[in-house]
Amino acid sequence: MSEPPREIVIEATHDLRFLDWRELFAYRDLLRLLVWRDFATRYKQTILGPLWHIFQPLLTTVIFTIVFSQVAELPTDGLPPTLFYLSGLLAWSYFSQTFNSTSSTLVANAGLFGKVYFPRLIVPLAGVVSNFVSFLIQLLSFFTILLIYRAAHPGASVGPRWSAIVFLPLILLQLAAFSLGIGLWLAALTTKFRDFSVLSGFLLQLWMYVTPVILPLAKVPPAWHLYVALNPVTMPVECFRYFLLGTGWVNVSLLFVSIATTAVALISGLLVFQRVEKTFVDVV
Amino acid sequence: MSQPIIEVSNLSKRYHLGAIGATSLREEFSRLVDRVQGKPHPDAQEFWALRDVSFEIQPGEVVGVIGRNGAGKSTLLKILSRITEPTSGRATMRGRVASLLEVGTGFHPELTGRENVFLNGAILGMNRYEVRRKFDEIVAFAEVEQFIDTPVKRYSSGMYVRLAFAVAAHLEPEILIIDEVLAVGDANFQRKCLRRIRSLAAEEMRTVLFVSHNLSAVVQLCTRAVYLQKGRLGAIGSPAEIIRDHFNTGHSATQISDLARQPRSAQLGKQALLMSAQIAGAAGDNSWQLAFGSPIKIEFKINVRDRLQRLELGIGLFNLQDVEICSSLSSWSTQHGPIDPGIYRLIAAYPALAILPGTYRFGVGLKSEHDLLDYVPEAFDIQFVDAPHAARPNLATVGGAIAVDITTTLTRLPELT
Repeated sequence: MSEPPREIVIEATHDLRFLDWRELFAYRDLLRLLVWRDFATRYKQTILGPLWHIFQPLLTTVIFTIVFSQVAELPTDGLPPTLFYLSGLLAWSYFSQTFNSTSSTLVANAGLFGKVYFPRLIVPLAGVVSNFVSFLIQLLSFFTILLIYRAAHPGASVGPRWSAIVFLPLILLQLAAFSLGIGLWLAALTTKFRDFSVLSGFLLQLWMYVTPVILPLAKVPPAWHLYVALNPVTMPVECFRYFLLGTGWVNVSLLFVSIATTAVALISGLLVFQRVEKTFVDVV
Repeated sequence: MSQPIIEVSNLSKRYHLGAIGATSLREEFSRLVDRVQGKPHPDAQEFWALRDVSFEIQPGEVVGVIGRNGAGKSTLLKILSRITEPTSGRATMRGRVASLLEVGTGFHPELTGRENVFLNGAILGMNRYEVRRKFDEIVAFAEVEQFIDTPVKRYSSGMYVRLAFAVAAHLEPEILIIDEVLAVGDANFQRKCLRRIRSLAAEEMRTVLFVSHNLSAVVQLCTRAVYLQKGRLGAIGSPAEIIRDHFNTGHSATQISDLARQPRSAQLGKQALLMSAQIAGAAGDNSWQLAFGSPIKIEFKINVRDRLQRLELGIGLFNLQDVEICSSLSSWSTQHGPIDPGIYRLIAAYPALAILPGTYRFGVGLKSEHDLLDYVPEAFDIQFVDAPHAARPNLATVGGAIAVDITTTLTRLPELT
């Protein structure tokens, strides 16, 4: 073996430990294989296979268009309702899926974690990456629909901004960081109290309604904007619309509020998770 | 290298009994309040799975961890594998560690054998180049060449286990931790695994820590043994000596085994009770040690409380793997009864049994015409030792339970022309 033998000291640690980058890097192949396993196994024995990545947001968009736009006649910021909902769902489903996969990490993998050591953080990180791949598939289907729309309405000005190439990845990164942070919190709490696994499903449902997925942020009274921006998912969703469709309400200071909340969530989430992972097999 | 590769000092692990995990928020809150006020929590039932265990292991040693159920073996391995943290104390491991606490951890049924080898290798800490380099060797060891591209859910359980062990057996850690995995797989494969472990240590200077209930495997394989007793280090040293000294504790100290105190089901022992057992006419200062081939005569004392139409004695002899190798019922030769209440002596005499050297356990039961009256599953242990007069070469190296002399004739056949 090429690497020199290293010394591993095992003892009760009471101080908070932050990331062990070296170790995470040493297990990069495991991350790669876990992401690959996700895709290889998720759609075994299904007819549609990976098409499910596209169907889920599309069906939701159809229902939203019928219920909220046609029946309830809610405004969509002057955008065609289908594109409006689809762009919002793009960001939202990345958040909700990553949150879901992260928060179930410890309990869902208790059997594995109870038998072999590897950095536990690899599993949620693999979720972040594999959800990113399904995000890319959805983004592709979004552009397809956008092209169809543009072909049907030659005069329409709806379309992505060039700056999206720079900013969209950054926004996605913030979204990933936040969903990971909050998901790690839930994962840590769920090991002790299963109440939180019930809560997380329920929380996600309500959360969508306080995020501008169905209603544009412009519709919210300005006095509430600060509170709305404290929800770190608000700004990414609104930014997605702004960069992908050219319409939206983006405020730089609110964006910073959102980034600050994200940082708090991520750092505290990492600390709590790494505190719990050390002995959680004893209580699961 | 004179530094020990594994150094364990004062390692302890405490568990809370009862309220593990699923506590309510309210209870958790009251605990917090108690802790803040410095009061011990009322129902804090503590249990030390491991208490102040210290030992050192040198590179290239194969060390067996043995002990009865609940002695802390698994807890020790879990801590050394970094699955859970100790409550206090420390362990230092100087080298890469791979642990195999279960065969096939992380195997996914939908994936093929090939895919699972890579996934499992990564879980156990190998990178893809290492797995690729060892791949052919792993597949050959597991003997699954034809099925390597079949999903493992279609494998037979034997194939599955072989493939899973093969991956682990080809890890290249300096320290390998193995728990009970040899309990699976067929005998042939088990032997192959033992050989592999032995060559890892002997030829590649790897250190192996090995937990097993299979004491004969420990004796064969290990250079030293760590004996745990109720969470504490009971002894450390030669496996054969430790097994001899500790695997009949409670029985060997006294000449008479007190059966009345042995655990049994609640409804047993009411009408008739097995009080004690004793080997009649045993040689040596340890009456529970018998030379190979010597006849056994066991003397039981029985308290009969009700008048019984019939009394029947049953004896089973079990090996260390809990396989019953010899069973006897008194009614096969003699009928006892009817008998009046009182204290009785019952002598059971065996013919000269050629049971192979090793430790065995007796289970004893009493029966009336229809009902089981008393049953002591772990009545006493007995040891057969190889004796000079046994005059059977290589007795200690053969397998099985009983040595049977056979007669053989060898005749030269006329050559075919």
